[in-house]
Amino acid sequence: MNFEFSDEQKQMGVEARRYLSAKCPTTAVRAILDGPDSYDKVLWAGLAEMGFLGVVIPEAHGGLGLGYLELCVIAEEMGRALAPVPFSSSVFLATEFLLAAGSNAQKAAWLPRLAAGEVIGTFAHAERPGAVTPRTLQLLAVDGRLTGVKTAVADGDIADFAIVSARTGAGSDARGLSLFLVDLRQDAVRRTTLATIDPSRGHASLEFNAAIAEPLGSPGEGWPILESVLDRAAILTAFEQIGGADRALEMGRDYALERMAFGRPIGSFQAVKHMLADMYVSATLARSNGYYGAWALSTGAAELPEAAATARVSATQAFQHCAKNNIQVHGGMGFTWAFDCHLFYRRSNLLAVSLGPQSQWENKLIARMRARNTAA
Amino acid sequence: MNFDDTPAEAAFRTEVRAWIGANAPAELKADLESAGFGSLELNGVDAMAVAKAWQKTKAEAGWACLHWPKDYGGRGATPIERVIWGQEEGVYGALGGIFIIGQGMCGPTMMAFASEEQKRRYLPPLAAGEEIWCQLFSEPAGGSDLAGLRTRAEPATDGSGDWIINGQKIWTSGAHYSDMAILITRTDPTVPKHKGLTMFFLDMKSPGIEIRPIKQANGQSGFNEVYFTDVRIPDAQRLGAVGDGWKVSLTTLMNERLSIGAGMSTGFPELFELCCRIETENGLAVDDPSVRSKLATWAVRTTGLKYTGFRALSALSRGETPGPENSIGKLVAGPTMQEIAMFAEDLQAQAGIISDPQIAVANGRFQAMLLRSPATRVEGGTDEILRNIIAERVLGLPGDIRVDKDVPFNQIPTSGRG
Repeated sequence: MNFEFSDEQKQMGVEARRYLSAKCPTTAVRAILDGPDSYDKVLWAGLAEMGFLGVVIPEAHGGLGLGYLELCVIAEEMGRALAPVPFSSSVFLATEFLLAAGSNAQKAAWLPRLAAGEVIGTFAHAERPGAVTPRTLQLLAVDGRLTGVKTAVADGDIADFAIVSARTGAGSDARGLSLFLVDLRQDAVRRTTLATIDPSRGHASLEFNAAIAEPLGSPGEGWPILESVLDRAAILTAFEQIGGADRALEMGRDYALERMAFGRPIGSFQAVKHMLADMYVSATLARSNGYYGAWALSTGAAELPEAAATARVSATQAFQHCAKNNIQVHGGMGFTWAFDCHLFYRRSNLLAVSLGPQSQWENKLIARMRARNTAA
Repeated sequence: MNFDDTPAEAAFRTEVRAWIGANAPAELKADLESAGFGSLELNGVDAMAVAKAWQKTKAEAGWACLHWPKDYGGRGATPIERVIWGQEEGVYGALGGIFIIGQGMCGPTMMAFASEEQKRRYLPPLAAGEEIWCQLFSEPAGGSDLAGLRTRAEPATDGSGDWIINGQKIWTSGAHYSDMAILITRTDPTVPKHKGLTMFFLDMKSPGIEIRPIKQANGQSGFNEVYFTDVRIPDAQRLGAVGDGWKVSLTTLMNERLSIGAGMSTGFPELFELCCRIETENGLAVDDPSVRSKLATWAVRTTGLKYTGFRALSALSRGETPGPENSIGKLVAGPTMQEIAMFAEDLQAQAGIISDPQIAVANGRFQAMLLRSPATRVEGGTDEILRNIIAERVLGLPGDIRVDKDVPFNQIPTSGRG
């Protein structure tokens, strides 16, 4: 049994943490939250230099050519630091779409620049409030031109290109859907920056008016490809959430040790201790479930879809639980702009729906367990 | 990352599997697999005799108490070998239930504090299941607050050096079939409570011991009250120094936490199976979105515990000490089992109240679980004590302010109503 990251992988995590503590303190997160910029350009360039943007991109395409366990370790540190950069869009989504379904030409064109941080990629999928299903997608692709609107696109305001889901066939089922790679730097794409619950990460709506697009993957294969990439991204995002959950727990613990009330540290009251113990329980369950996901992702195991939903559901629960109770432990101070608690609260609720809502992942988890049981 | 054994572990597993395949009581397998919650009941077989026979068979071949030294009836095995044994023993492990307290807690305490002669006399029969031990700790006035116990041990007045025990214990598992016990007593009520305790071991057949089974809330009787009236214990059966009983008891309780990889049950697989064949008003339960949402939460708690266990095994496999993660086990499993039992009742609707195993869904398993699960959240540390332990030992939060800490025991108030 070796259900643990290797010493080398852990060392990568240590280096990433050291780097991010120096370059991305919460003041850097606040600079994006409060300021005019949509992301931290200096940090982004630094991450590219460290090789973190191309961890799993093959060396032939300018990446480090390492495995997914290494990327999970980095993802956790990005989550701890609340890094205000388009890491998840570019690395968990755009890169994964290209690796999963890109043509050789597409890979050659985009992967080296993604690894170098020269371009930012993202995934544009949701079109309106409510869960995204094959039935709800309306954006139309005709003769290589896209027309329609995508909303709440992460980094849609700054991305150079997006993978876009679009309707190419008649009917309302998944077979009428395809994926396209769209250069967003064209006049036929209009971007509108959106105010969101977490301004430390930029979001925009994208309006496509007969925008030029090239197919990514085979026509009609869009839905299965995106489901598979969303699974992979769910595991990586789970590590981001695990990192955030751990840090929120540590913040709450530290404050409980330091803050005095009624002549004693508030961390000596059982009501507070028990809340923190429950946060530790959620964070521990999420980490162990995340390890299961990491194992599946790194080995390409048949269990990957089930492991992805497991890791996702558990990590979303843990980060939301730890972030909201971190505010509770801090009391009134936790609700001030000056304390960092709200940064974690915002991010936890952003990530909770970033790849589809919790209810959808819960549904996927049980559907997949059921399919396995039926098959067995 | 992988779930594979090392070559040495794989070889050990092969050996274990072959031996179990050739020696385990296969005729009981089906009964053991369908056994309910609470005390072990087997159809038409004396469960105690079967359990003792299996333990004896294991001991004779060197497969009992694997991690104990060979001299004391063990095998001198490594922690990971012990875990592999447990995995391979599987359902037959349930037969060892009556030996768990003796082998898991009393044995290690004897190992640490008894004389060499006593160890050689008592440990091998304990390992072989020939003598069953129980642990006389909890009292009516001291459960979570164990150090508040009141059973007295006083020096005999006849100059023999013996100790005379008077008082009462409660929640003693298996006292009615135990041969031996370890016992914690108060030897000095004039000093603060942790300082006046002393530990002994004794023969459960000693004159002056009276055992009364407790009828539990679920109708079963796994626990007892034990009364002591002038019970005499030789001083040679004292474990640790007079007044050091608290320290000795910590050794016992630390060993309680060594049950790594035991994998606490949450009842989730049974519930999932039920959901695949029972209907809500929206069709099959497993396809009902409201059911799926609940199932998903219990599923990730169950897998989370499983993989937390795997992380501990990985540490053992490398010869390291597992981290504190395993402390969450019972705190997660206990409440989850209760929630699952209540939901299973709801799914069965009006028929969910039927507990007759001949008629009820899944042989009444969920009804038994429903009635037994409150105990899971109390025994071996309440949910609240476990949260204190996590908060203090894992997160480093301050201990509770203990108003009785420096007060002589006989001056601590005993009633909440002034």
